[in-house]
Formats: sequence, structure tokens, C-alpha cells
Amino acid sequence: MKPLNKDLFNMKRLKVSLAMAFWLSVVTFPIMVIKINTINDTVIWRWGNLALIVILGLFGSYIWNYALDRMKERKGESNRLKETLSGLYQRLRSNPKVKKPVLAAVVLVIAAFPFITSMYSTSILTTALIYVVLGLGLNIIIGLGGLLHLGYAAFFAVGAYTYALLYQYFQIDFWIALPLGGLFAFLFGLLVGIPVLRLRGDYLAIVTLAFGEILRIILNNWGPVTGGPDGISRIPRPSFFGIDLKLQGSINLTYYIMVLMVVITIIVVRRLEDSRIGRALEAMKEDEVAAEAMGIDIMKSKLTAFALGSMWAGFAGVVMAAKTTKVTPDSFGLMESVIVLCIVVLGGMGSIPGILLGAFIFKIVMEYFRVFAMYRMLIFGAVLVIMMVFKPDGLIPKIRRKYTVEKEGA
Amino acid sequence: MKKILFVCSLVLLVSVFFVGCQKDTGVIKIGVAGPHTGDLASYGIPTVKAAELVVADWNANGGVLGKKIELVVEDDVCDPKVAPDVATKLIGEGVVGIVGHICSGATEAALGIYLDSSIPVISPSATNPPLTKSGAYPNFFRTIAPDDAQAILEVDFVLNTLGKTRIAVLHDKQSYGKGLAEFAKSFIEQSSNGEVVLFEGIQADAVDYSAVINKVENAGADAIIYGGYHPEASKLVSQIKEKGINIAFISDDGVKDDTFIEVAGSAAEGVYASGPNDTTQDPIAVKARENHVAKYSEEPGAFFYNAYAATQALLTAIANAESTDYEAITSALTSNYVDTTLGSISFDENGDAIGVGFSMFQVQNGVYVEIK
Amino acid sequence: MNVQYLLNLLMSGLTKGSIYALIALGYTMVYGIIKLINFAHGEIYMIGAFTALIFASLLHYMGVNMILILVISMAFAVVFASGYGIIMEKIAYKPLRDAPRLSALISAIGMSLFLQNYVLIIQTERFLPFPRLIPDFPFLAPIQSFISSRQIVILAVTLVVMVFLSILIKFTKIGKAMRATSQDKTMSLLVGINVNKVVSVTFLIGSATAAIGGVLIATYMGQINYKIGFLAGIKAFVAAVLGGIGSIPGAVLGSFILGLTESLGTGYISSDYEDVFAFLFLILILTFRPSGILGKPETQKV
Repeated sequence: MKPLNKDLFNMKRLKVSLAMAFWLSVVTFPIMVIKINTINDTVIWRWGNLALIVILGLFGSYIWNYALDRMKERKGESNRLKETLSGLYQRLRSNPKVKKPVLAAVVLVIAAFPFITSMYSTSILTTALIYVVLGLGLNIIIGLGGLLHLGYAAFFAVGAYTYALLYQYFQIDFWIALPLGGLFAFLFGLLVGIPVLRLRGDYLAIVTLAFGEILRIILNNWGPVTGGPDGISRIPRPSFFGIDLKLQGSINLTYYIMVLMVVITIIVVRRLEDSRIGRALEAMKEDEVAAEAMGIDIMKSKLTAFALGSMWAGFAGVVMAAKTTKVTPDSFGLMESVIVLCIVVLGGMGSIPGILLGAFIFKIVMEYFRVFAMYRMLIFGAVLVIMMVFKPDGLIPKIRRKYTVEKEGA
Repeated sequence: MKKILFVCSLVLLVSVFFVGCQKDTGVIKIGVAGPHTGDLASYGIPTVKAAELVVADWNANGGVLGKKIELVVEDDVCDPKVAPDVATKLIGEGVVGIVGHICSGATEAALGIYLDSSIPVISPSATNPPLTKSGAYPNFFRTIAPDDAQAILEVDFVLNTLGKTRIAVLHDKQSYGKGLAEFAKSFIEQSSNGEVVLFEGIQADAVDYSAVINKVENAGADAIIYGGYHPEASKLVSQIKEKGINIAFISDDGVKDDTFIEVAGSAAEGVYASGPNDTTQDPIAVKARENHVAKYSEEPGAFFYNAYAATQALLTAIANAESTDYEAITSALTSNYVDTTLGSISFDENGDAIGVGFSMFQVQNGVYVEIK
Repeated sequence: MNVQYLLNLLMSGLTKGSIYALIALGYTMVYGIIKLINFAHGEIYMIGAFTALIFASLLHYMGVNMILILVISMAFAVVFASGYGIIMEKIAYKPLRDAPRLSALISAIGMSLFLQNYVLIIQTERFLPFPRLIPDFPFLAPIQSFISSRQIVILAVTLVVMVFLSILIKFTKIGKAMRATSQDKTMSLLVGINVNKVVSVTFLIGSATAAIGGVLIATYMGQINYKIGFLAGIKAFVAAVLGGIGSIPGAVLGSFILGLTESLGTGYISSDYEDVFAFLFLILILTFRPSGILGKPETQKV
């Protein structure tokens, strides 16, 4: 076996990169260089773009292949960066003198956040926290349950519209709507799950996608009840015991609600993983037939995971409706489901810190990316591909607990 | 647990840096918000270009109130969930006024926040009537006629001028198109000389509409009122023509766009659309178009003239008010007339534009001609 | 019931179906080989249409005649779209061949977003008119209102492509290699099949089909835009699953059934819920045949 080349400079890699740059410039030539406008029949030749592609292709391909080679080589050895970081944690954790102040500092910043930053920052962080809850909820379904779900936004919509409709027709307060939103999402999850969970893999994916779209279309078309494409507006933000908070106050309150919700969700998910149902799901994910043979009721487990996961989307939906004061069907389409899916997979399926990080990248880093204006989504698409190629298990993959058996002496 | 802590710390650290920028007292900032990526980008990008042209023009003449004007452009992807965050960002940047948003839904979601911070908002394209007529948003203005105004014009034209009686009302299931269609439907039902034989929504971006067209034909309609934008309208009229069906087609200002004629070709001939009074001979509009073609090498897109007018109105109001104070600007907007690409306009106490006349146009010999 | 109305609806359904089929074929081929839902397939279709438009505009300036423009620009569209497909595979999918399926899916989503925005930025956000390259056939004049020349061409091309692909898979050496790879990748490697080459060829063919579809549909609809790939891709995906993903005749069958369901649903019930009918029908079929109509049920070995 040839030793993989981990040197920075390498002739073979250079040749590959040159070839790639060449092919890239050939293939992208029409779209990059020839700008057409058939509305007023003009054609503009932009040769500058050709040079751009050649240069980008050359460097990009070179760095790409280098990184790939490094990654392949690293699969054998242990990840030294991870080890140093990991070692750092261990030392921090075991040193109570460091741990307690750090913990205290974090808690302090979280608590004081709205008062030390602007309305914009608080707003963004709140949105990110909503997506954390969504990610954790979807994680129960795909991470714990191993079910591929492309229609999660539908349950998000159920929560949001529950509050919106209850407010519009019955003037129900936010605090009452919150548990109801979760309840309805849970029930809807059961309803959808029963016919659907018999399907495998990609078929399950397409059916969940179908359900998501069906709900969205019904919400869009059923004008008299749901407000149609315009949805429902002027939904009140959360209030604190009837005190009328100004805008700033409501935004801060929403933030604290979300912090609390995230904490509760993390605790619940942790408990779930360790519970009977959690272990049943993990066994089922490994090998369904073996799990069934061990006496696990597959359908019941899947259904529980599905409905439980959906419930969290309901809670998040209620808060989202209160935060934005307006719900429309288009807010809960396929792209929304895809975004939550990306958060879970990018962060690391099944790993709580991973999902935190995933939601963070999605919402906060994407906000930072606003400086790139129109290039934002382009860069984002590229980032998704790069992340997946180099870290297919997610940024912070779930660590499987291993039990080692000590062997007696030979 | 420790990992969670680590991530939390990271998140907080990065988020703290979102502290809003200090208000730059040397420039006057105007925010432009709308969809610049995603599905509806073609409806949001022309507004940015319009604002850029107006600001460049004004800055070349010394800016406003002696300061340079700076545009802060933000993308809301037409999503009411994202719009409030965009609003908080723009406010944090210290903008004194907003041109946008583009979609009624996103606009409404953001308006509450702008109102709370006393920021005037002028939209070139948000046509949902309650935005002005409900009175809930005194900071909102628009340089486009609301849905009901357009609908009544179209219905009146179809029933009384064209003399049709069996109307099929179609829409694209989106906020703008369906809103207009529903008004059209209720106006026809209220009238004594027309009936709605069909009321259906089509899927935007779909490949083939022959099923709906068959249905229209089967219902015996003699005219179609379509609420929506030009891409679907061009597909509809082309496929109607292919089937050899002869039926009057009336639509809204989302269709009164030269791209419609280009795409639909000969099928566009005879199509009616409502739109702002023809001001393309107006020197301001002509110059705006020339500047656009010179800078971007293409014709202006959707809502360009509306956005150009909105930006002009906002800047003129600031100049007239001699201040960036909210009360001063809003009162200047309602009490002065401004010469814009849409003619000489002002705003009524609800925020709707006065002087943006609407009339019916027809495609004759490949060009939209105003019907007097 | 009005027979002519029904016939018209059936014709609409068949037209829609053949449009979906051209895209679904590529989807199903790629899935069959590497079990990947190629979210970016719709974007290849869109790029094919754009490439064709670019060359058609250039040729138009040179005064070439319509039919020749159609053939040449379609050829170019096929070539360049295949190029995009192969490069896309090498960058975004090849490194993930042994990774969990969801990761490859996310990579595909990223690719889809990237290509959409790439065309948006480099070209334009506007809807660009696409010339009608298929003239009316004189012999069709009497039934012109029932079926147009474009519809016939699309239907014919769909059937030809389907037959061609089936022959390719069944009787050629590369087809055998493709079948082997889809059954068991490791074994195929062991018996000496160049799996990388097989995958590249699959993407090439899939992209080529998408490009052909892109050109024909663009000339039918008369306009293109950077986002036409998204909805078309989803519909095609649904159609492929309906017919049994991985099966070529299944993709075509599923597409026609999807088109007919939409059409009849619109005609007899309501156009508002057109997509809902299609999705409900899908769910119904999958409830009774969990692997799609022509799909092979996955047997699980214990």
C-alpha cells in the first residue's frame, strides 16, 4: 500500500488539480462566460470569469485533495486536535477551581444577555434557540428512532397555528396555548405515524414529505378558517402575568422562555436516551429484526419516538408564532423541514452539543454571512457540501458508550 | 455536559458581537428589505437596484440634509419568520426609513417592530389592503394600489366595458394573486350583471396548466380574471392559445410587465392588464430606465418604478421635513406632492398613495397600450 | 359525463406525466446505483435548459434554422449538463459513498442550493424567454387543439429514452455492470468492475436525460428561470418513488400516474388541491405496496 502523501506540495496532486481546473473551466464555460438576456436579445461575453474559474479551480481543487488526503490518513490514527481539546476539558472539569467560575460565567452571560446586547442580538439568539428545540425534537425521531423525516415543518406549523387560531377565535392566552400546541402536535404525530411508520427508509422520507406538503396546502387554501396565504397576523407576544410589556420587554421575555425551554428539552432528551424506550429505540436502530426478537414492540417504539419528537416542534411553533406575531403557510414549507434536518445532521445526529452547534451555525453564522449579500446562500450550499465531505458524522458526533471487558491474564 | 457548556460559551461569545453598530452621525441610512435570494428573488432585486440608482443620484447632488445617504440592504427571503429579525437589525444599524418589504406577509410581520421604534416604511409592492386600511400601522406607506383598488377596476372593466358575463377567476394561491382574486370574486358577486363560473387556484412554477384550462372551457366562461405574476400568466395564455380557445384574459400589474409579452409572444396579443398610469413618457421614468440599462445592462424588473418612486418620496420627505424625526417625515409624506417615476404623488392619512392612478392596458402589436 | 372533457384531461395528464418522466428517469437511475436521493438532479435539469438557451441565442445570431438550433443546442445541453453531473458526483458524492445515507442527502441539498444560487448570481434572477423551437406539424392541424406538436415530441422522446435506457441496462456490458453495482457494490469491486466508472456513467446518463427534459420542457413552457429545477425535482422524485425507485419502467409509469392523478383531480374536484391529490394517492399506493408499484420489495436477511 502506497503511503498517502501528507506533504503540502505534491506533484501528483498538482496534476490532478490542473486537470480539474481545466475540466471545470470547460464545463462551466457557457454559464460563467456567456451572459444572455433573451428579453432584449443581448449577449455579453465575460472572459474575466474564465480566468476566475481557472484560478479558483486550481487552488480549490488542490486544497480539496490535500484535505481529503489528510483526512484519509487521519482515519487510521487518532485525531490529535480532538485529543488535546478533550484533554483540556478533562483538566478543566476535574479542576473545581476552574469549572465553577466558568459555569457561573456562562450562566451569568445567559441571564444578562438581553441587557448587555442589542434587541437584534437577543432576537437572533432567540430564533437560534427555537431551532435548537426543533433540532432536538427531530433528533428524537431521526437520531434516536432512526426514521428519515422530511416533513417536520408540518408539526412546527401545527404548534404555530394552534396558538394563532386559538387566539383568533377564542382569545386564548399564550401560556395556555403553549401546552396545547405541544399536545396537538403530539396527536398529529400519532395520526401521521400510524399509517406511515410501516415504510422503510427513503419511502418513509417521501411520505413524510408528502404529509408536510399536504398540511401546508390545506393551511394555504382553507381561507375562511386559516386565513389562507396571508395567514393570521397581530398575534400577541407573550405577556408576564398580565403586565403589558413593551416591545423590548416582550422580546426579552421570549428569550428567557426559550432558554428555559432549551434547558428542559435537553434534560428530557437525556432522560429519554437512558430510559427503557430510549434503549429500545437504539436497539431497533441497530438491527430491527434482532430487537423484535428480543421482545421490543417495534411499532409502538417508532410511534412513541415519532409523536414525542413532533411534540417539541409544537412547543417551538407556539413560541415562533408569538415571536413573529404572524403565521403564514409558506413559513412552514419543505425548505423549513430541510433546514431542521441539516441542523441535526450537520451538528451530529444524536449528539446534543452537536445540535446546539448546528442550530448556532445555521442561524447565527448565517446572520453574520449577511455581509455577503447575494453570495450568502451560495456560500452556504458550499459549506454544507464541505462539512459533509469532511465530517460526515457531524461536527460533534455522538459518542457511543463502550464497555470494555477486562480479560483475565493469559 | 462539558461539551454542552463549551458550545454554549462559543455561541454566547459570538452572539455578543452582534451589538448594533453605533449610529454614524455622518451619514443618513436608509434600509432596503426584501427577498434577494430564494424563490421570490426576481421580485425583490429590482427594488434594490432602484434604491441604488436614486441614492447615487441624490448623493451626486450633495445627499440629503447635507449628509451622504447610505443604503443598508437586507434579505428577508419573503419569510414572515425572518422579517422581524431583519427589522431589528436595520433598526440597530440606525436607519431612519425603510424602502420595503416586498411581500405583504413579511412586511406585516416586521411593521410592528418598525412602529415601536418609530421608523417610516414605504413599500413598492405590499398590496394587502389591511396594511393601510386597518389603521394598525400608521408608519406604513406604499407606492402601489392595494388589491381591492385593482380588483374593482378590473371587474368594472370586464363587466361594463367588455360586457362579459361568465367570469372564471383564477389565482396562483399566493398572497398577492389570491388576495386580488378574492376581491374580484366578491365584486362580481355583488354586481348584477356578472357571475363567477369558476374560482380556482393554480400551482405556481408548475409545468402544465391544460387541466385547469380545460375546466375553464368546460364551465363556459367568456373571460378569465387572473390574479398573479407574469410567469404563470405567460404559460396560461400560451397554453390557452394552443388549445385554440378564444377567451378574454384580464390580469393585474404583476402581469403588466414586458417580460410577459416577450415570453408569451403572439399569445400575449389582446391580453388586458391593470397597471399604474402610463408614465413611461414621463421624463423622470425615462431617465430612471436609462440609468438602469446603463448600469446593469438589462431592463428594469418587477416593481422597479414603484421602488424608485418610494425611494424618491422618502428622501424628498426627509428633505422637506428638514429632519429625520419620525413625526416630521410622516407629516411631510402626507402633506407634500413629489415628482416621481409614477407621476406626482402624495399619501393619504392611511398611507395609500394619491396620484398613482390605475388604468387598464392591452397588448396591441406587442406593446402594452393604455386604454382610455 | 362529457367525453371530450375527459379526453382532454387525460391528454393533460399524459403531457404532465411525460414531462415528469424525463426528469424521474435520471433520479431513479442514480438512486438505483448508489442509493442516493439526488436533490440536485432538478438543478442539472435547469442547467441543461440554460445551456441550451445560451447556445440557441448564439446560433440564432448566426441565422441557423429552427430545427437545427433545437438539435445542436440540445446536444450542447446534454454535453455540458453531463459534465456538471460528473463533476458534481466527484466533489459531493464520491467522498460520501461509505458515509451514512443522511450525510450524502445533506451534501446533495447543499449542492442543489449551490447550483441554484450559482445560476442566479452569474446569470440573472429574471424569467428568460425560451424560443419555441418545435414548429407545428402540418399533419396535426385538425386536432391541434387536442394535442400539439410539442406534446407529441415530448411523449415520443420520453418513450424513446425509456426504451433506450432499458436496452442499455439489459443488453450492454455497461448495463450489466450497472446492475451488478446496484445489487452489491463490494462484490462488483471484487469481480473486477470499475465501480467509479460505473457511477460516473450513471450520472452521465442521468444528467443527459435531465438535460433533454430541460430543453424540451423549456421549449414547451416558453421560459426558464434559476428555480425551475426545485419543484420539477420534487415532483419527479415523487413519481419515481410511486413507480418504485430504482426501476426504469417504474419511473415512467409513476410519472404518468402522477400526471393523470393531478389532471383528473383538477378537472373533477379542484385545482386548489391538485398537489394534495397527488400526495394522497402516493400515500395510498405506498400503504398497499410499500416499495412502489414496480419496485422490488427489500428483503431483510436475518
